[in-house]
Amino acid sequence: MDKEILDKYQPIIGLEVHAQLLTNSKAFTADTTEYGSLPNTNISAITLGHPGTLPRLNKQAVDFAIKMGLATNCEITRTNIFARKNYFYPDLPKGYQITQDKTPICQKGFVAIQLADGQEKNIHITRIHMEEDAGKSMHLAGETETLVDFNRAGVPLIEIVSEPDIHNSDEAYAYLVEIKKLVRYLDICDGNMEEGSLRCDANVSVMLKGADKFGTKVEVKNMNSFRNVQRAIDHEIERQIAMLEAGETIESETRGFDANTGLTSGQRSKESMNDYRYFPEPDLTPLVISDEWLDRIHRQMPSLPHELYAKFTKEFGLPEYDANVLTDTKEIAEYFDQVCQHTTNYKAASNWVMGPVKSYLNELALHVSEFPLQPAQIAEIISLVDSNKINHTAATRNIFPHLVKNPATMALAAAEELNLIQESDDNALVGFIDQVLQNNPKKVAEYKAGKTALVGMFMGEIMKLTKGKADPKTTNKLLQEKLKAL
Amino acid sequence: MKRYNSLEEVRQDIDTGVVTCRDLVNYYLQNIERKKHLNAYLEVFTEEALQRADEVDQKIAAGTAGRLAGMVIGIKDVLAYKDHSLQSSSKILEGFKSLYTATAVQRLLDEDVIIIGRQNCDEFAMGASNETSAYGPALNEIDNSLVPGGSSGGSAVAVQADLCLASIGSDTGGSVRQPAAFCDVVGFKPTYSRISRYGLIAYASSFDQIGTLTRSIEDAALLLEVMAGADEFDSTASQRPVAPYSQQLQTDKKFRIGYIRDTLESEGLDPEIRETMLGVIDRLKAEEHTVEAVDFPYLDFIVPSYYILTTAEASSNLSRYDGVKYGYRSPDATDLGSMYKKTRTQGFGHEVKKRIMLGTFVLSADYYDAYYTKAQRVRRLIKEKTEELLREYDFLILPTTPTTAFPLGGNDAEPLAIYLADIFTVQASLAGVPAISVPVGYDAKGLPIGLQVLTRSFEEAQLFAFSKVVNEKIILA
Repeated sequence: MDKEILDKYQPIIGLEVHAQLLTNSKAFTADTTEYGSLPNTNISAITLGHPGTLPRLNKQAVDFAIKMGLATNCEITRTNIFARKNYFYPDLPKGYQITQDKTPICQKGFVAIQLADGQEKNIHITRIHMEEDAGKSMHLAGETETLVDFNRAGVPLIEIVSEPDIHNSDEAYAYLVEIKKLVRYLDICDGNMEEGSLRCDANVSVMLKGADKFGTKVEVKNMNSFRNVQRAIDHEIERQIAMLEAGETIESETRGFDANTGLTSGQRSKESMNDYRYFPEPDLTPLVISDEWLDRIHRQMPSLPHELYAKFTKEFGLPEYDANVLTDTKEIAEYFDQVCQHTTNYKAASNWVMGPVKSYLNELALHVSEFPLQPAQIAEIISLVDSNKINHTAATRNIFPHLVKNPATMALAAAEELNLIQESDDNALVGFIDQVLQNNPKKVAEYKAGKTALVGMFMGEIMKLTKGKADPKTTNKLLQEKLKAL
Repeated sequence: MKRYNSLEEVRQDIDTGVVTCRDLVNYYLQNIERKKHLNAYLEVFTEEALQRADEVDQKIAAGTAGRLAGMVIGIKDVLAYKDHSLQSSSKILEGFKSLYTATAVQRLLDEDVIIIGRQNCDEFAMGASNETSAYGPALNEIDNSLVPGGSSGGSAVAVQADLCLASIGSDTGGSVRQPAAFCDVVGFKPTYSRISRYGLIAYASSFDQIGTLTRSIEDAALLLEVMAGADEFDSTASQRPVAPYSQQLQTDKKFRIGYIRDTLESEGLDPEIRETMLGVIDRLKAEEHTVEAVDFPYLDFIVPSYYILTTAEASSNLSRYDGVKYGYRSPDATDLGSMYKKTRTQGFGHEVKKRIMLGTFVLSADYYDAYYTKAQRVRRLIKEKTEELLREYDFLILPTTPTTAFPLGGNDAEPLAIYLADIFTVQASLAGVPAISVPVGYDAKGLPIGLQVLTRSFEEAQLFAFSKVVNEKIILA
């Protein structure tokens, strides 16, 4: 679409994110939440909504919801009333979902996102509420009947509803990245959109810039990756603008995104939308969050990405790029932070973690917890390089690979074993330098005639002679002095 | 065999070797068979009850028997009992067996109660005559052309006709008290939350309570003592300690008693019931209790707010009966929509469907505030006013029912009339306070009349003690 036309409009986007909580048991029963069990094995009379059964609240789910609220700067609701959302669907065993309607556990928060130009923007959170998941309907190919798996029914969710503060798909993407980062830092959700543990619906509308009233919003569903959320929003914005430009009116509706075509198509119009008949859940007493409870959660809160980012940039003086990469996941950030407890060469620590450590993990598809080296071992390598005992190349090419294979070894011992302790004794080095210069009289003459680039060749020869153990910095310095004095 | 009126009488005869549990079960089984036409039981656990009787007899001999040894009871078809059918007298739960036992039932079993069968009731406890049961009405033993009341009709008849010593029923808006009044037995509904609802099929969750139908106050007190108390499976169940009700039945206190003036002046009240009430008031005064008329300004709002709130909750509670997971599924279903529609159309009876539709309507977006929200507010007012009166008076007394037992089919032409018959019982349900109906006399046709007594929440001990006073000093033969 013509950029000029696009620029006339202001898209307004709000996101609803469902995060499946990593509790051991379901929201209202003791049934396990284990993923990947055989269908209909993680169930009980309560999950199936058998007559006479009642819900029992899982306090761990509440803990997790509060954590997310604190991480997003929300107010925590002290008296919570659960509600029933009524609708018929085969995978909804009770015919209603237990959720929160008028008293969401967290309200009025915000999440800071980073824009492409490096600016920060706050996306406000309207509410975060707790609810239970439904089961899964399965339509098997070639079968006329639909099968239902209730393993997921009753698994706790939080729904995070943003204000319509998002103005384009890049911001939506950045917001989702931040939400995912937070739930993973808090260890309350694995944040996997492909597997459905994180789900996102987008409310999209457009209005002429400067207009004082939002356009009619359309809800877009069925996106199974961050990228698809972005594509769906881009398409929906263009579709709505095209309609308005053609003089058409936008109807309030729910549209589904098709990842194959990149298009959205109508699913339900507003008239046919469910009337969920919310009312207070009489089977649960009001949930009161005491000061003690809230204090306990406060004490359990880990450092959050933006806090670590601030620490890494301000305290450790790292470049923003490094801080971003290092805080991408909690595990890497914590590992780096621990390395920094054993060294003050923060930039070197950052280079090591972003470089060799991450590459090693990526190559072998390992989690940080499976990384064989202790943070102190990385710090030791750094200290060996800093004190010129080994050179950087030897450290990355030889010591590091040796250590990950023999993690019980100390870096210094490894350097000795591999004969990599470098020659930084001036007298010894001078001897090697002299030897090289004597062996290459022609080159020395050329150098003196102005071909200064030959320094590299001399260095190479010295390295050859010392089998790479010559400390390059000192050697270079001594070589330069020698050449000058010739 | 003689007719026993309380577990105490039974235990005396057991202890003196006059009777055994097996004799008792055989006796009740014979009565059930002989009075089959009353249709009180949907299922009789013949072999199982006899076997259990032998076990309990052995325990009694060994001196290890529980507090309810010797008590043979029936349970209303709304209480879950593991591996036993559970249907709420509805076709929609045809073939359904419970996977677990209700907390209250388990507590009774743990004290060696013997369960002889599953009792008929109104479908999903919705009704006041037992006529909405998919398995036909239970009949009043006094006159088989009359209803036994409902919804715990079968449970009341079973005690009335000596088909068990006691019945466990449920009371949402009078479902234990009203049939007790019609059948000349004691019907008791505890404070809301006093007994765990885990395993009680939900009709209207914020009203439902398990209650008892007995021949004696003592048995009602003992059964409550056993069933009441906190339960990890029902977070709404009260954590308050349970009093030894059965040990606190004696009192010579002079009480302050209020009666709601308008209830005795209401047009729909049977004059003979009015006379009986006035007689009770006179005799209470003669016993030096203080009895005063009080005003209750919300009488006209009681029934409408009750029906709005209970049908709203019911419409949600009954959504689970959809043919997907258990119970009846229409064989005529062709797709998902028709499975829902046909299963529920064929599986539910008329009264249940009516209440589901009414409840769905009052919760719908356009009418929510006009009905549901308003009814909730009215409920709060009724609760507050009732509590206020109960701060001033130890008890409120009122008739249990405006009429004595009415004929079968008598209200078919006037569906609202049967709702209005709940006017005296739903106040305690809306307020959540405990209430009891005790037999207090008969009309000219010999039909029983019940006196209803309400008291403060969790003061069941006082309620039982006063009921005994009524029983012993107020009712004149």
